[in-house]
Amino acid sequence: MIDTSSEIDPCARCEEALQPYLDRELTKAEMAEAERHLDSCTYCRRRYRFEETLRRYVRQAATEEMPPDLKQKLAALRTPL
Amino acid sequence: MSEALPDTEARRLAEDARDRVRFEEDALALSDQVYRVARRLVSSPEEAEDLMQEAYARAFRSRRSFTPGTNLRAWLLRILTNLNIDRGRRAQRTPDTQPLEEGDYFLYNKLEETSAAPVTDEDRVVERLSQDDVVSALAAVPHDFRDVLVLVDIGEFSYQEAAQIVDVPIGTVMSRLHRGRRILKSKLAETAVGEA
Repeated sequence: MIDTSSEIDPCARCEEALQPYLDRELTKAEMAEAERHLDSCTYCRRRYRFEETLRRYVRQAATEEMPPDLKQKLAALRTPL
Repeated sequence: MSEALPDTEARRLAEDARDRVRFEEDALALSDQVYRVARRLVSSPEEAEDLMQEAYARAFRSRRSFTPGTNLRAWLLRILTNLNIDRGRRAQRTPDTQPLEEGDYFLYNKLEETSAAPVTDEDRVVERLSQDDVVSALAAVPHDFRDVLVLVDIGEFSYQEAAQIVDVPIGTVMSRLHRGRRILKSKLAETAVGEA
């Protein structure tokens, strides 16, 4: 999933791992590698923290609760006994 | 023996009725979570309401195609996304080729560039975006990308579950998600910074 070429800049590698890291879709080895870099790099650490905060913010901002009467309409669709 | 058959049949019918009631109750208990995703797949609350009713009517009719013990929420959303696509959205499909070269750190870098002081608190950076900014930016993401983005980021489905719901390979989910998030950030940057 992640480019393992050793020539690539570590911050670029870390940027590439950002999305699957936060989605918990990295392998253990990939996650450990990203965390090693994050421990030593303020630049990437800030950007990871920002992305995590942004995602939480997007989820909260985009969440709209279901109108109460819709639940009743859905219940009315049930098969009659 | 001749009396045993009606008994067996009656028991089967009773079990089936019990399973159906349980299934319908389980599906209804998930409706709040299904709605949160449905609401962001379409443009208006009215569309979301219609889509929910169509999806639940179909789900109740198709109960037997659900395998007990598997993920009911994902199954409901698969019905719902298929119905949404059947509504003719395919015509609006956006090709995957539109240029978008910014990286994942793009929005942070943009916001940092335009901050008067160095950014030390990520929450304060995010607070520069209003709820309306986020909702409008999300609505502006093309459908194919948005579907996956909404399933993973709002519905909190895994890549694998999202792949099953929209019926595409997992690699396609990953690339659409990646692209969808970059488009979202680019739209947010346009709003917050005044340029992409």
